[in-house]
Amino acid sequence: MKENVVIIGGGVAGMEAAKQLLTLGYNPVIVERSAQLGGHVAGWHKLFPDMSSAQELVKGLRRDIAEANVFLETRLNSLQRTKSVYTVELNNGVRLTSRAVLIASGFELFDASKKEEYGYGVYDHVITNADLEAWMNGREDNRIPAQPQSIGFVHCVGSRDLKAGNSQCSKVCCTTAIKQAIELKERFPEAEVYCFYMDLRLFGKKYEDFYINAQRDFGVHFIRGRVSEVGETIDGRLQIKAEDTLLGKPLKVQLDLLVLMSGMVCNPIAKQLADKIRLQIDSDGFLKSRDNIAAIGESNQPGIFYAGACTGTKTVPETLAEARAAALSIHTYLMNQ
Amino acid sequence: MTDFGFHLSKSSQLDLSRVDRERLNRLYELEPGARICMTCGSCGATCMAAPYSGMSVRKMLLHIERGLDVKPLLSKCMLCGKCTMVCPRGINTRNLILNVCKLYD
Repeated sequence: MKENVVIIGGGVAGMEAAKQLLTLGYNPVIVERSAQLGGHVAGWHKLFPDMSSAQELVKGLRRDIAEANVFLETRLNSLQRTKSVYTVELNNGVRLTSRAVLIASGFELFDASKKEEYGYGVYDHVITNADLEAWMNGREDNRIPAQPQSIGFVHCVGSRDLKAGNSQCSKVCCTTAIKQAIELKERFPEAEVYCFYMDLRLFGKKYEDFYINAQRDFGVHFIRGRVSEVGETIDGRLQIKAEDTLLGKPLKVQLDLLVLMSGMVCNPIAKQLADKIRLQIDSDGFLKSRDNIAAIGESNQPGIFYAGACTGTKTVPETLAEARAAALSIHTYLMNQ
Repeated sequence: MTDFGFHLSKSSQLDLSRVDRERLNRLYELEPGARICMTCGSCGATCMAAPYSGMSVRKMLLHIERGLDVKPLLSKCMLCGKCTMVCPRGINTRNLILNVCKLYD
């Protein structure tokens, strides 16, 4: 009889960990609240820096974990520890015991309508990064005009924003904005595309090449300055205001489409879990690791492990690497018990 | 007429919708490096004319891309080429400046 390892969250972190745990001879049990596996990545179209298919990644993982137990549309009712064993009760009546639990609950996209000055849900042509990905995946969206002449991207929506309650940088949005700017230029070559940024944080492998690519081959304009307000003109176009902080001059431009780069906030589910089993929350609002350098995948509770964006903003490869590391940590923990 | 000391201030707000795109695209064709400036400011830091005139290739490009007049900046350039040597993106600033002179003077 193989030993259970309960994984909370069926995004790419939970799936990758399940895949590794299967290889190590365990019986991973994924508890996922939505109706499908894959989390946010399943809603994405292409991934930087190589424009690889998000759908293919999720499909591959799904194939790899065909033997794992997966509960979809399922939530945790309770999670309790007795000595070294956790008892997990699900809302479908299933009750599981497991000596190790992996939390891979991920992030939630910042709700862009909270930044009222950007007019998401108010004006007709304001969308988010996730809306754009869904549209590229084939979902219809009448907010996106058939032939836009002018398109804007606002970086850092709900990131680096103390007033919105998020001091952290969401890390992936700079590169995502560049990726999406390129994708829109490919579809609408006649359109002028403007990226409004505070800093361009292009830290990862080939991200900087992506930036040069956007400038040189696609003519994307980069303007240093945070958009301060969005209004609508009498003919239904958007008019935005920002300061060009490199020139020290206020600036305006009319747009047919504005894309808001919503950042990452910790999934509220992680906080509910933290309350249940006394996990700590870090000062950035994400789950607190035992050590932010040496033990990012471990909690302050024995047998509770972390992988992915529940401990902070992560890229997809970072998340996958953490999931693999967590599977190994769990294995080592169980062997030594 | 008596001067009461009142005057109207000119707005300094830039309007990107009014930038002369045709001329700018012509410049990009003549010097593709104009597209890839990342506004690091190395050019301005090393420029011999900068301390006396405010010249810098970064600033010149920004002025053009935002639809501002570049003549006052350009007039002090001596084409010494130091900015070409320091540019981390290898922009041919000399060719850029010469073409800006052609198109925007």
